[in-house]
Amino acid sequence: MTDLYELTAAELARFLRQGKASSTEITRSFLDRIEKVEDKVKAFITVTPKLALEMAEEADQRISSGDVKPLTGIPIAVKDNMCVKGYKTTCGSRILADFVPPYDATVVRLLKEEGMVILGKPNMDEFAMGSSTETSCFGVTHNPWNPDMIAGGSSGGSVAAVAASEAPTALGSDTGGSIRLPASFCGVTGIKPTYGAVSRYGLVAYASSLDQIGPVARDARDIALVLNLICGHDVRDSTSVPTEFPDFTTFLDKPVKGMTIGMPREFFEKLDHPDVARVIDDAKSTFERLGVTFVDLSLPHLDYGIAAYYVIAPSEASSNLARYDGVKYGHRAEQFEGMIDMYCRTRAEGFGPEVKRRIMLGTYALSSGYYDAYYLKAAKVRTLITQDFKKAFETCDAVFCPTGPSPAFRIGEKIDDPIQMYLTDVFTIPVNMAGLPGISLPAGFSKDGLPIGVQLIAPHFEEGRLIQLSSAYQNETDHHLKRPSL
Amino acid sequence: MEYEAVIGLEVHAQLLTDSKAFCGCSTRFGAEPNMNTCPVCQGMPGVLPVFNRKALEYTIRMALACHCTINEFSRFARKNYYYPDLPKNYQISQYELPVSEHGWVEIETENVKRRIGITRIHMEEDAGKLIHDETRPVSYVDLNRTGVPLIEIVSEPEIRTPEEAGAYLRVLRSMLVYLGICDGNMEEGSFRCDANVSIRPKGAEALGVKAELKNMNSFRYVQKGLQYEIERQQEVLSAGGTVVQETRLFDPSTGRTASMRSKEQAHDYRYFPDPDLLPLRVEPQLVERIRNELPELPAEKKKRFIEEFGIPAYDAGVLTAAKELAEYFEETVNLFPNPKAVSNWIMTELMRQLKGEEYGIASCLVTPTQLADLLKLIDNGTVSGKIAKTVFEDMCSTGRDASEIIEEKGLVQVSDTEELRGIIRKVLDDNPDEVSKYVGGKKKLMGFFVGQVMKATKGQANPSRVNEILAQELGTRGAP
Repeated sequence: MTDLYELTAAELARFLRQGKASSTEITRSFLDRIEKVEDKVKAFITVTPKLALEMAEEADQRISSGDVKPLTGIPIAVKDNMCVKGYKTTCGSRILADFVPPYDATVVRLLKEEGMVILGKPNMDEFAMGSSTETSCFGVTHNPWNPDMIAGGSSGGSVAAVAASEAPTALGSDTGGSIRLPASFCGVTGIKPTYGAVSRYGLVAYASSLDQIGPVARDARDIALVLNLICGHDVRDSTSVPTEFPDFTTFLDKPVKGMTIGMPREFFEKLDHPDVARVIDDAKSTFERLGVTFVDLSLPHLDYGIAAYYVIAPSEASSNLARYDGVKYGHRAEQFEGMIDMYCRTRAEGFGPEVKRRIMLGTYALSSGYYDAYYLKAAKVRTLITQDFKKAFETCDAVFCPTGPSPAFRIGEKIDDPIQMYLTDVFTIPVNMAGLPGISLPAGFSKDGLPIGVQLIAPHFEEGRLIQLSSAYQNETDHHLKRPSL
Repeated sequence: MEYEAVIGLEVHAQLLTDSKAFCGCSTRFGAEPNMNTCPVCQGMPGVLPVFNRKALEYTIRMALACHCTINEFSRFARKNYYYPDLPKNYQISQYELPVSEHGWVEIETENVKRRIGITRIHMEEDAGKLIHDETRPVSYVDLNRTGVPLIEIVSEPEIRTPEEAGAYLRVLRSMLVYLGICDGNMEEGSFRCDANVSIRPKGAEALGVKAELKNMNSFRYVQKGLQYEIERQQEVLSAGGTVVQETRLFDPSTGRTASMRSKEQAHDYRYFPDPDLLPLRVEPQLVERIRNELPELPAEKKKRFIEEFGIPAYDAGVLTAAKELAEYFEETVNLFPNPKAVSNWIMTELMRQLKGEEYGIASCLVTPTQLADLLKLIDNGTVSGKIAKTVFEDMCSTGRDASEIIEEKGLVQVSDTEELRGIIRKVLDDNPDEVSKYVGGKKKLMGFFVGQVMKATKGQANPSRVNEILAQELGTRGAP
């Protein structure tokens, strides 16, 4: 018999409803799996077995009393930048290494109301700043497909946990590709919803105008189920959009014949990895077999995406991270002379080099006399990128491109070369800049056996369209069913 | 050389909303430290601000009262600086696009009316308070005030003297209190003022180098601080020196200002639009609704008092400076419809009791009804105006009714003709020399006789009756 931990959330939900397994059994299966493979993967900063079993027991009671929602009793891992009341939320940073939030993030509240089971808090790049989960102060997360490789970042822990069957689903956050890139590297499905679709309340901010929470899962069906749960207006987040969301499961198994997908030539000009090019071509053929038409299009301002991102995101971060000063919570230096020295030492000790780099970048960009040349200019580029996409969607239903420029790279390979690291996000950043939904689907493997993902991008609030295309693709392919041997 | 000062004021007023600007915590003053706080105003990781629309309505009230333009779109911006009383280490404020701009208020000094331009009125959140341990080098932070909504009212640099600055502040405070959006308490810090001041040769166009003055927490200190600073800058320039741009702190104990930080040490606040808050849209309908609901403002009330009650402009100005005093006046006039008498009494006797401070009326023990009753007792001759003054003093310190005090102390006025005639005759009999001088033409002695009668009656004689009877009695004695 298949182990429970090998099943998707939808399959587990069916088991629960049919009485074939209890939430406690399912949860134990995943906790055992974590125990078994965590040494190799290091997906979690904190595993919360006690909380998980309590929640599972509660879910079982709900199930026996008939109070069942679609994801009641299903385990999930929650990236360590979302607050879970009473449990450490570290953001992978020394400065919050012992921080225990006194409140639940809105998404966590929704998971709890649904009766989902929180398995733990996966690893991440410090404050979500990174593309490899190497900047975490708790160590590197390893790619389940090859432990010498990075899992991608910043939601590397969430994605590796799903890829290694340590959790059926996970929540990640995506500011410049932090869900999609690791999903591509680890062979799982991950979506960044439209900015404003999921409440950011309780998500520790990196770059507020770009951050968005999204699910990681094995297939489009599970993505749809979790989106149904977490999308929605929240009065606690002024940037969450008061709109009605459809039932995303209604987009599953829907035909895609007649749909048009755009291929932005600016993206494909950059494509220089033969494995990625091959996977892209294969995926294109699959979609064509399904009746999808491809059109060539141009997104002229895409080239400025990374430059503008590395002005806007660090600017916001420099302000968002100012609160970590040792006064109220988190790390405080032991030795200091006076207030300013306390600030300096606390922050010098508490933040890692990448966080410091971005704080300095942002502080500089916002400085008097530089604001117009950097921040304001970047904001204008952002508007232009958004307009490019808007124009593109006049001729196509979705935009198609690689998720990352290459498969996962070696641990340590880029960590000392920030520019190379930043370029990893070339295909994902524009999506955040425009606030659009984007999904990464497993679409094949490199000749070295590393997963490669492809990305689909839709207009604002058209997550349903992405589910539809992804589901059609996954019905036709088996890349998403492949599991690493651990 | 003769110099003139150029003064611009930045006034911060705490809004009287029930909850804070960006979270649901209470704004109530005086709670135990950190009791009125939540994850949002504590600046916990992951929290987000949600704007309190009530603060917007209050701001629009003041903006309209100051003849400002209300911007349909405005933005919140982050003002970044590190201080332990600011949990996020940035303050949510407004920068490039404030909610309102381009207004004016009218001030009056020595009967000269002038308009002072308002550059902008914008919204922001207050910081907390540090509490320093006096026995150890340790400080504590109280975040109860953190996130309380403020408006900042920035004037054009059109104020020329410390007196004008005082008049301007009084006008603003008066308006804020009238509008019911701020309690105007300078000592408790709900109404605060920083000043930018420079001097230039009289008649010059170009502005001099300015100093920013802080820590002036009363009207008197604002005027004193400005006066000191203007004189200091004049001395610097007269001695051939140059004024440096800096921030200076006023020291109430010495009345001087001293440098706090130089231009080089000035903060770069790195303002940028707050990505957690959407651009703020103010619907024109909201502005119109608020405009229609504006209460009568001090200037309008003053005009009405002059026209409706026929009282002098100066009196009307004093009576309308504080909303509560104006209401006190009107209530008293309703009960005793002699506006001039009521005004005179408030302007002299009541203001003396309030030590000249209009806002003191809030703690005055005498109700309008009690004052009206006293005035009625004067009017119907029960008590003399002079005695009434001492009765009023008693009322102010005890809150008792006038009639009760008059009865208890036996202060009822002697108006009885025959009783008075007897006393008067005795006074005349006792002073035959003065009587004959009077009869001989020295009519000024009338005052002497009145005084003697008053002395004999311990001031309780009805003065008009005394005059009347004295004239009769002296008339009879004038006949040979």
